[in-house]
Amino acid sequence: MTTKLDELLNWCRKSSVWYMLFATACCGIELMQTGGPRCDWDRFGAVPRATPRQSDLMIIAGTITYKMAIRTRRLYDQMPDPKYVLSMGSCSNCGGLFQHAYSVLKGIDKVMPVDLYVPGCPPRPEALTDGLLKLQEKMQSEKFLRKPV
Amino acid sequence: MIRTEEMTISMGPQHPATHGVLRFIVKTDGEVLHEVKSDIGYLHRSMEKIAEKVGYIGFQPYTDRLDYVCAMTCNHAYALAVEKLAGITVPERAEYLRIIAAELNRISSHLIMVGVTAMDIGAFTPFIHAIRERETVNDLFEMLCGARLTYNYVRIGGVSFDAPAGFKEKCVEFLDHLEPIIDEFNRLISFNKIFVKRLAGVGVISREDAIGYNLVGPNLRGSGVKWDLRRDMPYSAYPRLEFNVLVGTGEAGKVGDCFDRYMIRIREMIESCKIIRQALSLMPSGDTMAKIPRRIKPPAGEVYMRCESARGDIGFYIVSDGTERPYRLKMRTGSFTAMSIVEKIAPGLMVADLVAFVSSMDVVAPEVDR
Amino acid sequence: MLNDKLKYLEEFKPQAGDAWFIVPIDKIAEACKTLRDEYKFDCLSCLTGTDRGEFLEVVYHIFSYQTKETVVLKVKLDKTALAVPTISGIWPSANWMEREAYDLLGISFTDHPDLRRIMLPDDWVGFPLRKDYKEPEEYRGMSTKLC
Repeated sequence: MTTKLDELLNWCRKSSVWYMLFATACCGIELMQTGGPRCDWDRFGAVPRATPRQSDLMIIAGTITYKMAIRTRRLYDQMPDPKYVLSMGSCSNCGGLFQHAYSVLKGIDKVMPVDLYVPGCPPRPEALTDGLLKLQEKMQSEKFLRKPV
Repeated sequence: MIRTEEMTISMGPQHPATHGVLRFIVKTDGEVLHEVKSDIGYLHRSMEKIAEKVGYIGFQPYTDRLDYVCAMTCNHAYALAVEKLAGITVPERAEYLRIIAAELNRISSHLIMVGVTAMDIGAFTPFIHAIRERETVNDLFEMLCGARLTYNYVRIGGVSFDAPAGFKEKCVEFLDHLEPIIDEFNRLISFNKIFVKRLAGVGVISREDAIGYNLVGPNLRGSGVKWDLRRDMPYSAYPRLEFNVLVGTGEAGKVGDCFDRYMIRIREMIESCKIIRQALSLMPSGDTMAKIPRRIKPPAGEVYMRCESARGDIGFYIVSDGTERPYRLKMRTGSFTAMSIVEKIAPGLMVADLVAFVSSMDVVAPEVDR
Repeated sequence: MLNDKLKYLEEFKPQAGDAWFIVPIDKIAEACKTLRDEYKFDCLSCLTGTDRGEFLEVVYHIFSYQTKETVVLKVKLDKTALAVPTISGIWPSANWMEREAYDLLGISFTDHPDLRRIMLPDDWVGFPLRKDYKEPEEYRGMSTKLC
């Protein structure tokens, strides 16, 4: 009984992943193009929201500097549960091209837990969509009602 | 008796209306702004220090990330600076390919600007139209160099790949498709009464302020200064091409307002189409890369070279000490000073006007912070 | 041509690239004012700070829209006395450019209206573009190491 309910709830959640508009650098443009007409994310139910209070997914698109990392963590804390983080591009995976820099955080996983990493510089819209589909698979297999208390 | 108070708001780094990670600390009395302070540095990626570590050839991919919306012209500016210092001559075919790439990029950058301006005012649909056209430009670039956003195409000494068979036809097809779309765009939004009212007379920048604050590109031309590096200090193959330089005329309100800057960008897209058609017809056959050594070691000296990008001129100041790494590399970009003039012009505007003003200045965060 | 009015300018022509004039520190504001008022150089195109090892220098690229000429001025600063008069009253674009030179190199500009850090966080220690700069181990709990 709870398995079926879990599946239903998970299907509802995965089909309306609302992501937060958080684009720092170049990956932000590819994120915009992914939401655009050709590789349309709206068909997956994923629409952008401007505020963290109304979003489930935070796509860290672009380089994160130390100055920005403090604010990013605050935005993550403002998102309500259940929340997911998708790290898009090399810069937020590990610092990317800017590993020699003195002011760049070498990977967003130093400040927050990441669910999915999408490599690329910037990743193509097809790669990012693949990432979203994998995240949806992950969401489908979660057990909320059956979690041991 | 109603008591009013001044409110300090942080239009923070994450905001749908700021173009990237920029922050404004505004003091408002109701809707009217009293003071605006810009806070930048949220995307400071220390490119200038990295250049001292990776060398001239290694720095080429970083120039794409300087202004990712118009990356070809940033590559071009850097290549021009190093070629001037090292005395390298670029083959003719490469010059024309560089110009075609730069002008296509200018079109795609202006498409983003007009779409985002409309989105900031509140109209979401023109943005979708703009990025639909941009997808075709991305396809053309993918034919040329394999990448959609960070191209690394214009290299020191020429360009990395030659145009493949069928590129010229696809390019002409795109230009034939784009010119009626710009007309449709104008009918859709540009001369819409509400849109014009939101932009006309807002954020007027006088000619003296524009020159004194070192505004460049369409921002400078919008205030009535007829200056375009492609015509006034030409480089590459621009002396052989004909095009008009557009100046703001205050057609909807005053000279130097947001509407002037917006219309200049719309009309510059049409001029870019003209330039690309001429370049495609004049392009000779030949090499696309000069014979340069594997490790470039320019002689000791300095150079300051400017190149007209979509956001105005990008200046590269390179100090060489004779080795294969630059001693100092500085990038002077148009968006940096465009952010500084916001502090002067904004007091007296309303909060919504501030959003329109910043989007008409076409500021991108990595150009500001580097 | 410029040496007629500004006798303290010392020209230097290297083998490759642009030539420049060296200006004494106390005369830089006067030189810039003369360039703007009498020679019609209406725009400060670029202001750069460089660490030359034994000394620091500030490089000014000044441009004229009317004659299309660029003049390069340089000021040499001793590492123990890093202060240059500001020129933000002459060309407003100098305001932020001088703040950037202060932030990344530690050069202070006397009489600047708002001299504080611009790119780096306010509590950052050190001046990164100096050649002897060492990166800190961590910043506010975030490790600066690669992995």
